[in-house]
Amino acid sequence: MPVAQVLLFGFAITNEIRDAKIAILDFAKDNTTREISNKILSSGYFMLYENLQSPSDIEPAFRKGKIKEVIIFEPDFGANLERDGKANVQLVADASDPNFANMVIGYTTSIIADYQSELSKGKTLPASINPEIKMLYNPNLKSVFMFVPGLMSVILLLVSAMMTSISITKEKELGTMEVLLVSPLNPFQIIVGKVIPYLLLSLVNTATVLVMSKFVFRVPIVGSLPLLIAESTLFLITALSLGILISTISNNQQTAMMISLGALMLPTIILSGYIFPVENMPLILQWISNIIPARWYIRIVKGIMLKGVSFNYIWMETLILLGMTVFFIAVSIKKFKIRLE
Amino acid sequence: MGENHIISVKDLTKKFGSFTAVDKITFDVRPGEIFGFLGANGAGKTTAMRMLCGLSIPTSGKATVAGFDVYRQTESIKKNIGYMSQKFSLYEDLTVKENIDFYGGVYGLSRERRKEKTEFLIDLLKIEEARNKLIKSLPLGWKQKLAFSIAIIHEPKIVFLDEPTGGVDPITRRQFWDMIYEAADRNVTVFVTTHYMDEAEYCSRVSMMVDGRIAALDKPEKLKEQFGVGTMHEVFVKLARPAA
Repeated sequence: MPVAQVLLFGFAITNEIRDAKIAILDFAKDNTTREISNKILSSGYFMLYENLQSPSDIEPAFRKGKIKEVIIFEPDFGANLERDGKANVQLVADASDPNFANMVIGYTTSIIADYQSELSKGKTLPASINPEIKMLYNPNLKSVFMFVPGLMSVILLLVSAMMTSISITKEKELGTMEVLLVSPLNPFQIIVGKVIPYLLLSLVNTATVLVMSKFVFRVPIVGSLPLLIAESTLFLITALSLGILISTISNNQQTAMMISLGALMLPTIILSGYIFPVENMPLILQWISNIIPARWYIRIVKGIMLKGVSFNYIWMETLILLGMTVFFIAVSIKKFKIRLE
Repeated sequence: MGENHIISVKDLTKKFGSFTAVDKITFDVRPGEIFGFLGANGAGKTTAMRMLCGLSIPTSGKATVAGFDVYRQTESIKKNIGYMSQKFSLYEDLTVKENIDFYGGVYGLSRERRKEKTEFLIDLLKIEEARNKLIKSLPLGWKQKLAFSIAIIHEPKIVFLDEPTGGVDPITRRQFWDMIYEAADRNVTVFVTTHYMDEAEYCSRVSMMVDGRIAALDKPEKLKEQFGVGTMHEVFVKLARPAA
């Protein structure tokens, strides 16, 4: 356990950029812009995800949630630089993760500044490339924008999965579960009965977090509120089914607690992209993060709250959560049956 | 299988992998009987009982409980039996009244019926002052009596008691057995497992399980006669010795 934790923390918590996906919108398409692009892409920090053709492509590209930055060169970039010694480049970053956006912009501007000073060497008129920075979705770079979606998933997971698993194992421990099983109630009724209070409680929690973030921290809800609530309910059910699964494999409250905390909370906080961007992690951790429900939920919440995306952009995440829920429930039923035999 | 048998078991077997927990047991229980189901720990008592309660599906053999088949009619069985485990199984964080109300509800008693039962039980057990107290604050003996009363709250035909007197002092045990007698007088069949051999003397008939098999089954006095000893304890030792 400690070994896993140290490895997890050590590798997941990096404040460096590696292969951040970017898009380039090049109106000039001349030698200078190609040189700058190559310099940026060969730095090891960035990876070209796509070349955009028009300004209307920018917004959809960000909504897909893959790219972190778009670099836009103005028309006649090279010619302007030659003639006036001045040219403009616009850097647009996805600031729904403010720290990461800051780093991306910082790295890009320093590479451009580097190019600029190389260019200026031995010239009388110094070249000046003027980067204009735009932080999309979170212009003031408030970190609370990043924390709210993560916080929602952690709170929901904590209440739903941990409390459910503990309360079911408590009944096992006290022997009341056995009496309920001998009673005319069927197992399904018992489980639903145990889960409903936590479902309601978590819905209230969700509402509280949303209201607080909107009115205390001024985090906007750009997208559709009903969609956000529907997706949150889905995540809740995922968490509850995970709780049920935990309770079927653990026989006492301590075990349930350990599993919930160690195997659930920790990876959720570290590997979900809540605090540390998943893109920066070693490949193996990125793979592991795929099986963490919160990762997908956070993407959904960020998409809806900050970017205002519609269901078309998050159907895959939704499907993944749905699949996980079905899987957890199926395994629980199977485990439960084995116990009865 | 006889008409007047409330529990009828023939060659009932339960295997877990290659381990045979219950090996072809056969017995009948008559209505209103107090049937003692004895055996050392691990002899297969609990497994056998779980099969009869519909908690566990047998590997082979036949059994009916209250006229219902243990393979296909477990739901009907559950409606007709009461069950009390060695852990007493009450909700510690609920009061006496709430526990009665909850279990009454689980067994589908109407609101009026639950109220009636609550008053009746509180009166019967003389625990008026504990009505609104949490279960965890009650003495063990009270909990145990209350658990038994709740196990038969829906007036089942049979009540299964799984080592109901574990960890209770002899006087309370005696009082508890008085309650069992009262229930049997009302024609409730009592199926009780225990490893207190003095309690075996209170039963109408007892069966002794050794290594998953029923080694002996008769009235306590007949068994003592058969083995030529004075107490059930000695009967048990004689039977269990070959296994040990």
